[in-house]
Amino acid sequence: MLENKEHKVIGTRPIRHDGVDKVTGRALYGADFQAAGLLHGRVLRSPHAHARIISIDTSRAEALPGVKGVVTAKDIPDAGDKVADLGEGAVNLKYLCDNILASDKVLYKGHAVAAVAATNPHIAEEACTLIDVEYEVLPPVLEVRQAMEPDAPLLHEHIRTTSLGETAEEPSNVASHIQHKLGDPEKGFAEADIVVEREFITGTVHQGYIEPHNATAHYNADGQLTIWCSTQGAFTVREQVAEILQYPVSKIKVVPMEIGGGFGGKISVYIKPVAALLAKKTGKPVKVLMNRSEVFEGTGPTPASFIRVKMGATKEGKITAAEAYLAFEAGAYPGSPVGPGAMCIFAPYNIEHVIIDGYDVVVNKPKTAPYRAPGAPNAAFGSETVVDEIAEKLGIDPLEIRLLNAAKEGDRRADGPVHPRIGCIETVEAAKSHPHYTAPNGKKHHGRGVASGYWFNIGLESSVTINVNSDGTINLIEGSTDIGGTRASIAMQAAEVLGIPAESVNPSVVDTNSVGYTAVTGGSRTTYATGYAAYEAAQDVKRQMIARAAKLWEVDEANVQFADGEFSSINGKEEQISFRDLCGRLGETGGPIVGSGTVNPGGAGGAYATHVVDVAVDEETGKVDILRYTAVQDAGKAIHPSYVEGQIQGGAVQGIGWALNEEYIYNDEGTMTNASFLDYRMPTCLDLPMIDAVIVEVPNPGHPYGVRGVGEVPIVPPMAAIANAIYDAIGIRMTELPMSPDRLLKAMGKI
Amino acid sequence: MARRSHVQTTINGETVEFLCEPRQSLLEVLRDELHLTGAKEGCNNGNCGACSVILDGRLVNSCLVLGVETEGKSVETIEGLAAPDKLHPIQDAFLENAALQCGICTPGFIMSAKALLDQNPNPTEHEVRYWLAGNLCRCTGYDKIVRAVLDAAAAE
Amino acid sequence: MPIVAIPSLLRNLTNGEESITVSGTTIREVIDNLETRYPGMKARLCEDDRLKPGLAIYINGLLTRGSIRERVDADAEIHFLPAIGGGIAAPSH
Repeated sequence: MLENKEHKVIGTRPIRHDGVDKVTGRALYGADFQAAGLLHGRVLRSPHAHARIISIDTSRAEALPGVKGVVTAKDIPDAGDKVADLGEGAVNLKYLCDNILASDKVLYKGHAVAAVAATNPHIAEEACTLIDVEYEVLPPVLEVRQAMEPDAPLLHEHIRTTSLGETAEEPSNVASHIQHKLGDPEKGFAEADIVVEREFITGTVHQGYIEPHNATAHYNADGQLTIWCSTQGAFTVREQVAEILQYPVSKIKVVPMEIGGGFGGKISVYIKPVAALLAKKTGKPVKVLMNRSEVFEGTGPTPASFIRVKMGATKEGKITAAEAYLAFEAGAYPGSPVGPGAMCIFAPYNIEHVIIDGYDVVVNKPKTAPYRAPGAPNAAFGSETVVDEIAEKLGIDPLEIRLLNAAKEGDRRADGPVHPRIGCIETVEAAKSHPHYTAPNGKKHHGRGVASGYWFNIGLESSVTINVNSDGTINLIEGSTDIGGTRASIAMQAAEVLGIPAESVNPSVVDTNSVGYTAVTGGSRTTYATGYAAYEAAQDVKRQMIARAAKLWEVDEANVQFADGEFSSINGKEEQISFRDLCGRLGETGGPIVGSGTVNPGGAGGAYATHVVDVAVDEETGKVDILRYTAVQDAGKAIHPSYVEGQIQGGAVQGIGWALNEEYIYNDEGTMTNASFLDYRMPTCLDLPMIDAVIVEVPNPGHPYGVRGVGEVPIVPPMAAIANAIYDAIGIRMTELPMSPDRLLKAMGKI
Repeated sequence: MARRSHVQTTINGETVEFLCEPRQSLLEVLRDELHLTGAKEGCNNGNCGACSVILDGRLVNSCLVLGVETEGKSVETIEGLAAPDKLHPIQDAFLENAALQCGICTPGFIMSAKALLDQNPNPTEHEVRYWLAGNLCRCTGYDKIVRAVLDAAAAE
Repeated sequence: MPIVAIPSLLRNLTNGEESITVSGTTIREVIDNLETRYPGMKARLCEDDRLKPGLAIYINGLLTRGSIRERVDADAEIHFLPAIGGGIAAPSH
């Protein structure tokens, strides 16, 4: 499948196609949408983390001048016990609906309860304060281990722990238990000369996209519903809204506006169905915007977790056994990423004996949503810290111990499947020979740490249509919303096939009525799968163009070849025509050409990363500064290296924030006390050095150009790498995230 | 509804008149009344910089300025930066350096960078980082943004 | 014949066997044949003639879209694992 030839477009760095619109302020994001007669919607949210709703009285709000409609959960069709198949896996529809507007109970502070549409946003906000909700306040449970206690307050009285199809008798906050077991862990630990076991805690963190959620909805008189919004997947919005409103997908058109960041957090819907309900009630287009504190309190963070990792090794450094216990907070409804966390935790290593247990636990916090390699960063914080400690105790270089145990093609992952061609070793080797790693590191309170990480990447469905223009350019129609330059990385793959410059492709991201089904921009799949669809669509164009050249020259198609943008005849007639010139002759050879490609590839190929970081620890304040950062990653094949570097740098910096500062801080009542960008402190450019992104290319056999997804794995190693660097600096193992100044001072015995 | 005030101001060199409620921020006025949606709302409390504009030569978060406060003043927004047929050197540098991913913070960063280069045409990397610390970007890790601003300074 | 890796939580049904060689040309046939030998297996993997919510099928290490109609080769290795989609961990309940 892999095309092994020189590339003309792939690997170059053209200006992205949507660039000018985005540097001039002309690009239209969801909140920028305007329509005649537009109403503005606002959402009323629960002040309690856990309470039963006794009654909701909206009459005072409805009476306020300017208010056009109020909706509550009563406006959502009854979900019953239905399980919704959203293409992304099945979801209990009642949970989905209740998270949109709570029906019987509120399960977190910020849980949506009602919504108002009014002639301006200030009136809508005022009206929200006039909705009278009577609550019976219940004790909240805010931490995963407390929630697992047998006497913990229950969020859902009907939840019983399931263990792969087996359901427990007693109600519990533990929604499910998963397990992976390979070999005989007891035997493996018996073979070890050294065993290290530690417990880890990670905080609740948010994706932190700068653009808040937004949605505008309108029902036409014929029942056609249109939703303009910011989303990682227009088709996913269509499916979720169709399920929640019990409305046919054929009557819903979702128009993806430009999206201001997502990182996994803009896959689940929140206010999109609310905007639709308000539009239905008022008969007008309604725009609903969240403010920043609503984003923190009402949309998916990634879970806090409790993790125990135990690993054993021989004195030569061979890891003989590994054991992990992962308990993840799902938030208000089941569905934490403990599954992928458990599947990724030991994936950089080839270990014969492994046991991993994972628990999905509901707590009174917002329902968690995916965030960049969901589950894997929490898990790697534990495992990569323990590997570092083993290396240190055995006196082995931490990258050397990784090489000694590195997973490679043919090795079995702890969760079962055998690795295809992977680049784990290559990332570790590149880190080891990097000038950063070989540079001296000896100053007092300065330290260096390393860590590796793994993420699966996924394939899923993508569709692309190509319309050929008479001037030798093509219009490329796709359904993947562009969060980070993917118009360019997709267009470049089509350009490569057709031998034309990237600039000769006009990519458009279109609505759900205008392109074939395309799954979300997520799972590091967009450049891989939608790029693959673009490759197939371009191949379709190429085949049709070859037929046209054959017609033009009155030869058999078999006698036409295409290379470097030129069609030529190979039957001795010595005819030749460029792609561009042939495009100008489509009319006389049969009319327009439209190519299409649709894929659902299974060979996404996993991605590995190894990071090296130098830190300085301020002994007086406990503050950790990042002095130097190098992130090595296997990209398979970097289509547009600048945007691959950008993914690596951005992921690493989100990891730095997760490591050092970011966390939801709750009071005893379950209120997040830092729901603003001032108090939930994400890294600024002043907190950081340049991030040296090093691309390693181990081609993925599951893609014609060898592409692996690059978006997610860079967030996996930073937390452990930084913890290991702090240990190197001050000799203390930090096992709780974030490693904020107060925790460092406590660990150093200063407070 | 509160009574609307008449305001006359200059936006990107043109005299503009508008009506606004006293409680409306400059950001709301720009976006909702004047349809200049290049300035973005990321936090509405001055912590993300996505709404950065230049008011009488000074960089401000337009979410923290009231619309009525711009009476008689001069506002520069992202929409006024490029010439009709030519981008501003900072805009070019952002494109050349791939200094944007999702692009939502980009107008704010570019206006912030312009305000910096207007008063310090040759900043060091540290000065760039210090100045841009009021603008949050969640996608890029800032590396390419800082390089773009340094490149733009060198090009100007 | 295809080899099925038995998830550790189902090994109580197979007397601890970790992998079972079983005939079948589709996942459905494989599961039906497993059920004949290890009663109770099907109820743990399927619900209403489809894979249980939250589960995914890997054939020879490659994720399939989870349909039990999927064809399998004679030498296929089959895993049942938690579903991952779109960067999502599919809700397991």
